[in-house]
Amino acid sequence: MPDQLLWAMEVTANGLLNGVMYALVALGFVLIFKASGIFNYAQGVMALFAAMTLVGIQDGRVPFAHLINAIFGTDIHYFGWEVPALAAILLTVGVMVVFAWAVQRFIFKHLVGQEPIILFMATIGLAYFLEGTSDLMWGSEIRNLDVGLPQGINPVIDEATFNLFGYGFFIDNLDISAAIVATLLVAGLVAYTQYTKQGRAMRAVADDHQAALSVGIKLNYVWVLVWSLAGLAALVAGIMWGSKSGVQFSLSLIALKALPVLMLGGFTSIPGAIVGGLIIGVGEALFEFSIGPLIGGATENWFAYVLALVFLIFRPQGLFGEKIIERV
Amino acid sequence: MNQMTAPAAPQDGYVTEDGRTIGGVVMEMRNITLRFGGVVAIKDISFDIREGEIRAIIGPNGAGKSSMLNVISGFYHPQEGEVWYKGEKRPPMRPYQVARQGIARTFQNIALFEGMTVLDNVMTGRLNHMTASILDQAFWWGKAQKEETANRQKAEEIIDFLEIQNIRKTPVGRLPYGLKKRVELARALAAEPKILLLDEPMAGMNVEEKEDMSRFVLDVNDEFGTTIVLIEHDMGVVMDLSDRVVVMDYGRKIGDGTPDEVRSNQEVIDAYLGVSHD
Repeated sequence: MPDQLLWAMEVTANGLLNGVMYALVALGFVLIFKASGIFNYAQGVMALFAAMTLVGIQDGRVPFAHLINAIFGTDIHYFGWEVPALAAILLTVGVMVVFAWAVQRFIFKHLVGQEPIILFMATIGLAYFLEGTSDLMWGSEIRNLDVGLPQGINPVIDEATFNLFGYGFFIDNLDISAAIVATLLVAGLVAYTQYTKQGRAMRAVADDHQAALSVGIKLNYVWVLVWSLAGLAALVAGIMWGSKSGVQFSLSLIALKALPVLMLGGFTSIPGAIVGGLIIGVGEALFEFSIGPLIGGATENWFAYVLALVFLIFRPQGLFGEKIIERV
Repeated sequence: MNQMTAPAAPQDGYVTEDGRTIGGVVMEMRNITLRFGGVVAIKDISFDIREGEIRAIIGPNGAGKSSMLNVISGFYHPQEGEVWYKGEKRPPMRPYQVARQGIARTFQNIALFEGMTVLDNVMTGRLNHMTASILDQAFWWGKAQKEETANRQKAEEIIDFLEIQNIRKTPVGRLPYGLKKRVELARALAAEPKILLLDEPMAGMNVEEKEDMSRFVLDVNDEFGTTIVLIEHDMGVVMDLSDRVVVMDYGRKIGDGTPDEVRSNQEVIDAYLGVSHD
C-alpha cells in the first residue's frame, strides 16, 4: 500500500478521535439549548472550571487560598492530603450540581420568559464571572491533570498495523479512552432523555412551558437538572482535554470549536453533536494533511468555520436539527 | 345577587335524568375576584363543582370564563376569594402543584409538546404517577423499569379509549387541529385526574369532530367517573352535555343551574341576545 494512503488512514483515525473531543463539548451546549432554549456561552468556561476544581480537589488545594492569605496574612495553600481520582471526580460532580442550582436560582429564575438574546447575554456574563471565580478559587497556573487515564501510543494498534501494512499507526491511548467515555456518555444521555421520567420532563419543558406546568412539571427543578447534566458533560470534556493538554485558560476556548460542530449537527440533536464533531475532526485533519502543505498549513484554525459557513448557507438547521413544521 | 343557586343540587348529591349519581361538593369557588391592573376579569363569583358531574361555564366573549379556569388550575391567582378543594381551603398554588393534586386541563389554543410523538405526549401526563427516584431512573434500577411498563400500559389504554392508536408514533406537530385537541385530552386523561378542566374543547371543529369530542367527554365522565369542568361557546353542545351550567357575563355570574333553568333565565337570554347593559 502506498505510504500516502497509510498516512491518510492514520490521519483519519486521529481526526475521528479528535472529533469525539469536539463532540463532548458540543454535547453540553445541546443539552442546555434543547431544554431551555439558552445558548450557553459559558459551556467552555464550565469545562475549565470543572477541570480546575477536579485538580484542586485531587491535590488537596485550599480553595480561595490567595484571597484568604491576602486578607488574613496567612500562608496556606494545601490541606496536606491528596484525594483519590474517583472520589475527586464525585466531589467535582457535586460542585457542578451546586453550581447548576446557583445558576438557576440567581440568574435564570429571574429571566423566565425573556428573549433568547437576553438569556444569551446572561450566559456571557456568567462565562466571565465563572472565569474569574475559577482563577480566584484555584489560581491561574497551568496544572497537570491525571485521573489515571492511559496515555501515550497504543502498542496493540501500533503492532497490528505494522504487521498488516508495514507501518505502525500512532494512536494515543488517551484519545481512545475519550472516544469510549464519550460513546458511553452519549448513549446514556440519549437513553435518559428518551425513556425516563426526568428525560421526558426535560423534553416537555423544552417544547412548551405552559403545557409542562399543566401536567405537573416543576420548571425550576428541570432546569437545575439540565444545568447539572451540562456541568457533567463539561466535567468529562474538561477531564479529557485537561489530561491531553493541561488544565489552563485556553481550555475554555475549545468551546469555540464546538460552534461549527453545532452548526453541522444541529443545535437540538444529541446524535447531531456527535456526527458533527466527527465530521469536523476528520475533515480538518484530512484537509490539513492533503491541502495544508500547499497553502502553508495551519488550516485547522479555520477549516471548521468555513465548513460551518457552507452548512449555514445550504442547511441552516444542521444535519439533524429539528425542522420546524409550520401549518398555515 | 342571583336567585338561582342551583336548586337542583341538594347537599349530598343527586341523580341525573340519565341515571348517573352525582356526589357531594369536590371543589368550591368562594367570592373569587380577579383583577388585571384596573380591569376586573372576575367579580365576586361563587359556585361549586360536584363529584362526577359535568359542569359547564358559558358566556359571551370576554366574560372571564378562561380566567376562571386559570384560577382553578393555578395559572392566575385571584386577589380576593377562596378556592376550596376536597373540603379544605387551598393555599395559593403554582400550576404544577395544582396538577399534582389531581387537576388536569387542556388549553383553548392547544398546548402540546409539538416535537414529541403522541405516545410521548400522553406519557408526560403520567409523570406524576412515577415515583422512582432520580438515581433509579438514571440507572434504570429498582422500580424504574416496572413503573415505566405500568405507565406505558395505562397510556396505551387511554390512547385506545380515544381512538388514536393509528397516530401513536406521529410527532404531534404533524397532526391536524381536531386530532391535536384529542391528543391534548388524552394527555390530561393520562394523569387520571380527579377534575378535568376543558377550555373550549370543541372550538374550531367541524360538526363531525364536535360529535366525536362530545362523545368522548361523556364517555370519560361515564367510564372513569371524572368530574369535568368545561368551557364552551356552542350552546347546543353545552346544553346536551352538562349537568349544571354557570353563566358568566362581563366577569359576573348571571346564572347557575341545570341547562333548562339557565335557558329560561331572562338575564342569560339578554346577555346572549345582546341587550344593552344599562
